[in-house]
Amino acid sequence: MSDTTIDPTITATPEPDPAHGGGQGHSDVGHQSTTGISNTKLAMWLFLGSECLLFGGLISTYMLYRNRQGDAIGPDQLWDIPFTSATSFVLLMSSLTMVLAVSAAKRKEERNTRLWLTVTALLGGLFLAGQVYEFTVFYREGLGYTTSLFSSSFYTLTGFHGVHVAVGIIMLMSLVGMLAKGRIVGDKAETVEMVGLYWHFVDVVWIVIFTLVYLIPA
Amino acid sequence: MAIIERPTDTPALARVGGGLVTPTTSYGYFRRPVQSTGWRSWAFTVDHKKIGIMYGAVAMIFFFIGGFEALLIRLQLAQPDGTILSADKYNQMFTMHATTMVFLFVMPMAAAFANYMIPLQIGARDVAFPRLNALSLWTFVFGGIFINSSWFLGGAADGGWFMYAPNSSVPFSPTNGVDFWTLGLLMTGVASQVGAINLIVTALNMRAPGMTLMRMPIFTWMALVVQFLLLFAIPIITVALFLLLFQRNFDATFFSVADGADPLLWQHLFWLFGHPEVYILVLPSFGIISEVLPTFSRKPLFGYPFVVFSGAAIGLVGFGVWAHHMFASGLGPISVAVFSVSTMAIAVPTGVKIINWTLTMWGGKLWFSTAMLFAIGLIVQFTLGGLSGVTHAVAPSDTQQTDTYYIVAHFHYVIFGGAVLGLFSGMYYWWPKVFGKMLNETWGRWNFWLMIIGMNLTFGPMHIIGLQGQPRRMYRWTENRAGEGFFNLGFWNLVSSIGSLILGIGALLFLVNIWVSRKNPPAPADPWDARSLEWITTNPPKEHNFDRTPTIHSLDEFFHRKYEDVGEDGQHEYKQVRTGEQVIAEEEAHADEHIHLPSPSYWPMILSLGLLVICYGVIYSFLVIAVGAAIVILALFGWALEPSTADDSEFDPPSDGGQPSKELAHV
Repeated sequence: MSDTTIDPTITATPEPDPAHGGGQGHSDVGHQSTTGISNTKLAMWLFLGSECLLFGGLISTYMLYRNRQGDAIGPDQLWDIPFTSATSFVLLMSSLTMVLAVSAAKRKEERNTRLWLTVTALLGGLFLAGQVYEFTVFYREGLGYTTSLFSSSFYTLTGFHGVHVAVGIIMLMSLVGMLAKGRIVGDKAETVEMVGLYWHFVDVVWIVIFTLVYLIPA
Repeated sequence: MAIIERPTDTPALARVGGGLVTPTTSYGYFRRPVQSTGWRSWAFTVDHKKIGIMYGAVAMIFFFIGGFEALLIRLQLAQPDGTILSADKYNQMFTMHATTMVFLFVMPMAAAFANYMIPLQIGARDVAFPRLNALSLWTFVFGGIFINSSWFLGGAADGGWFMYAPNSSVPFSPTNGVDFWTLGLLMTGVASQVGAINLIVTALNMRAPGMTLMRMPIFTWMALVVQFLLLFAIPIITVALFLLLFQRNFDATFFSVADGADPLLWQHLFWLFGHPEVYILVLPSFGIISEVLPTFSRKPLFGYPFVVFSGAAIGLVGFGVWAHHMFASGLGPISVAVFSVSTMAIAVPTGVKIINWTLTMWGGKLWFSTAMLFAIGLIVQFTLGGLSGVTHAVAPSDTQQTDTYYIVAHFHYVIFGGAVLGLFSGMYYWWPKVFGKMLNETWGRWNFWLMIIGMNLTFGPMHIIGLQGQPRRMYRWTENRAGEGFFNLGFWNLVSSIGSLILGIGALLFLVNIWVSRKNPPAPADPWDARSLEWITTNPPKEHNFDRTPTIHSLDEFFHRKYEDVGEDGQHEYKQVRTGEQVIAEEEAHADEHIHLPSPSYWPMILSLGLLVICYGVIYSFLVIAVGAAIVILALFGWALEPSTADDSEFDPPSDGGQPSKELAHV
C-alpha cells in the first residue's frame, strides 16, 4: 500500500497536489483556480447542492405519507419532543465545536484542532446514540419499519440522515488520525473546513427534519 | 523545454532518457501502477483521455447490445402473432433496450466526449479530480455489467424503463430483474454524480488564462449544462430507486396503493428526474454539432451567446415540465394547464438553437464531410421529433397518444435523430483528434445514409401505427385488428421492421469503417481547418495535452491564430496567415517546464468493485454485503492516504544510474 512507501521527510514538504487546490497548470508558479475557489471546496459545495435534492426527495415522501398510519400508532402517540430537542441541541452544539475546530486550524493550532474535531465527533456520536435509543423506544411501542406508510417514510428519512451523521463522524475521526500522523496533503485548514462544510450541512438538514417531522403537529 | 514528470512511452522520450523508467519492485504488490504500457496502463489510468476512450468503447458495446434487443423486438412485431419472443421475454427486451440505450449508451458516450474534450477545450492538463474520474468510469462499467448479468440470473427487469409502480413490485415482477435494474442504476447514478461534480469543477476552475466563460467552446458549455442537470436530477432518481429497493426487499409499502400509498409518488419522482434526463441525453449532441457546423460551413457559430443561453434555458426549464409525461394520470386541470404551457415554452429555446444552426450554414462554404452530414441529419430529424413533441404539449391530443406507438415514434426521433446522430457526428469529427487517423469518408457516407434511411423507415411508420391506436409494449398484434388500406397496421409494422434491419446494418458499418480505417496514414494536425482550442495540440494529444498552457484571446482561438482579419470599413475578411501545424509548432517551441501529472491508482477500480460486490450482496446475501463494504472501506482509506502524485521512490532509478526521480524525460 502506498502509505508504507512514504518517507516522513517527503510529506513534510508536500508537492503541490494536482488533484487538489491549485487549478490548472500545476507549475512552480502556482496558478490560482479560475474562480478563486479551490477545486475541492467547489466540489464539496456542488456535492452538498445535490444532497439538497436527495433530502428534498426523502422529505417530500415523508410529508406525503406523514399521516398515513391507518389504525397503527402515529406521530402523536410517539414523539417525545423534550428528548428529541435535547439530542437536536447536542447536534447543533457540534456545529459550534466544528467552527472552533476550523478556527483553530486556521490559526495552525494543531492540538486544539484535533481536540475540537474529537469533541465534534463525540457530540455527533451522542446524537446518533439518541437516535438509536429513540428508534428502539418507537419499535417497542409498535412502530416497525413496515408498520405503515408513515413508519416506512419516517425511518427512511431519519435513517438516511443518521447514515450521513455516521459518515461525518468517520470523516472527523479519520481527519483527527491523519492530522496526528501528518498525513494531510496540501492545505490542512482547508481540509478541516471541507469536513466542516459537510458537517454543518448535515446539521442544517436536521433542523429542517426536526421542524417538519417533530414540531409541526400531524 | 518540457520536463514530464511521469513515465511516457513516446519514442522521443525514450530516446532522450536512455530507457524507460519502470515501477520499483521493492514494495511488493502495493507499488503504484505507474506502467505506461500494457493493460495496467489502461485499467489504473487517471488520464482523462484514456478514460474517455474507454467510456466510449464500453458505451459502443452497449449500443450494439441495445440495438440487438431492438432488432428482436422488431422481428417479433414484423408479422401478426409473432412467435420470436414470449410475452415475458418481450417485456424484458423492451425494458432492457431502453435502459441500455439511455443509461449505458447515450449517457456514457456523452460522458466520453465530455471527459476527453472538456480539458482539451479549456486548455487544462487533466480534469480536476483524476482519480474520481477513474471511479466514474469503473462504476459505470460495473453497473452496466451488473444490470446485464440479470439476463443469466433469472431474467431481466420487465417493468419498462420508467418502471411504474405498482407494476414493479414483487407480486407483478417476482424475479430479481427489477432489483438488478434498481441497484445497477444506483451504480451508474454514482458514476454520473461523481462525473458531474468533477467536470463542473474542471470547466469552472481549470480554464486556461484568458478563457472567460463566454470564450468557452460551445461543446464545453453544453456539457457543463448537462453536468448541472445530472447533479440535480440524479439524487431524485436515487431517492426513487432506494424507495423501490426498500419496497421490494424490506417490505415497505411506498408504492402499494392497497396500503394507502399514493400511486403518483413514483411517477413524480421518476419524471422529475426523467425529463431533465431527456436534455441530459440530447444537449451534448447539440454541443457537438455546434462545433461541427461552423467548422464545415467556414463561418463562426451564428449567435454564440444565444446558443449558450438557450442551452442554459433548456436546462432550467427542463426541471419544470416533468408532468407532461403524466397527463393521462388525472393530475387535475390546473396542473395539466401549467405543464402544458411550460412544455410549449421549452420549445422556444430549442427553436432558437435550430435557427442558429441553420443560419450558421446560411451563406457558408459548406463541406459535406460525414461529420457534417450527421450534423445536418440531426437538425432535420430532431426538428421532426420536436414537431411531434409539440403535439404532446397539447394535453387533449396527448391523452389520445399516451402509450401508443406515436410516443415511441416521437422519442426515437428526438433521441436517435437528436442525441445519437450528434454523437456519430462527433465521432467522425474528433476521430483524427483522438486516434490520429481519419475515418474513411466513403464508408462514412454509407454509414450515414443507411442510418438515416433506416431510422426514417423504422420510426416514421410508428406515427401512423400509433395514431391508428396500436399500444406500445404489446408483445403481439393480430391480423383482424390491423385495419385496411393505406393505414393497415400490418404493412407499416413490416416496413418498420425492415427499416430496423437497414438501421442495424448502417450502424454496423461504423464498426466496419473503424476496421478499414485502422491502417490509414497519420491524420494531418488540422484536418478540418477547425476553430477551437482542442486542435492546438498534436493528434492524438500528448499525455500532458499542451506543451504550453495556451493563453486565450478570443472565442474560436485556433481560428484566430490561423487567420487574420484584413477586411476594411467594418467588413470582415479573413486571410490565412499560419497553418495549424505552425500554430502547434509555435506552442511546442515554448513548452512549459515541470509539468506535473497525477499518477495512476488502483483504488478507484477497487472501490467500484466493492460497490459491485455490495450490489450482488443486496440480492443474494448479507454476508456478501459485508465483504463488499470491507472492500469499499479499504479502498476509501487507501485512496485518502495515497498522494495523488506518485513518490520518486516508487520508480526504479533510471538506467543511466542517476537518482530515482519523477523528472523522467526532457523533451
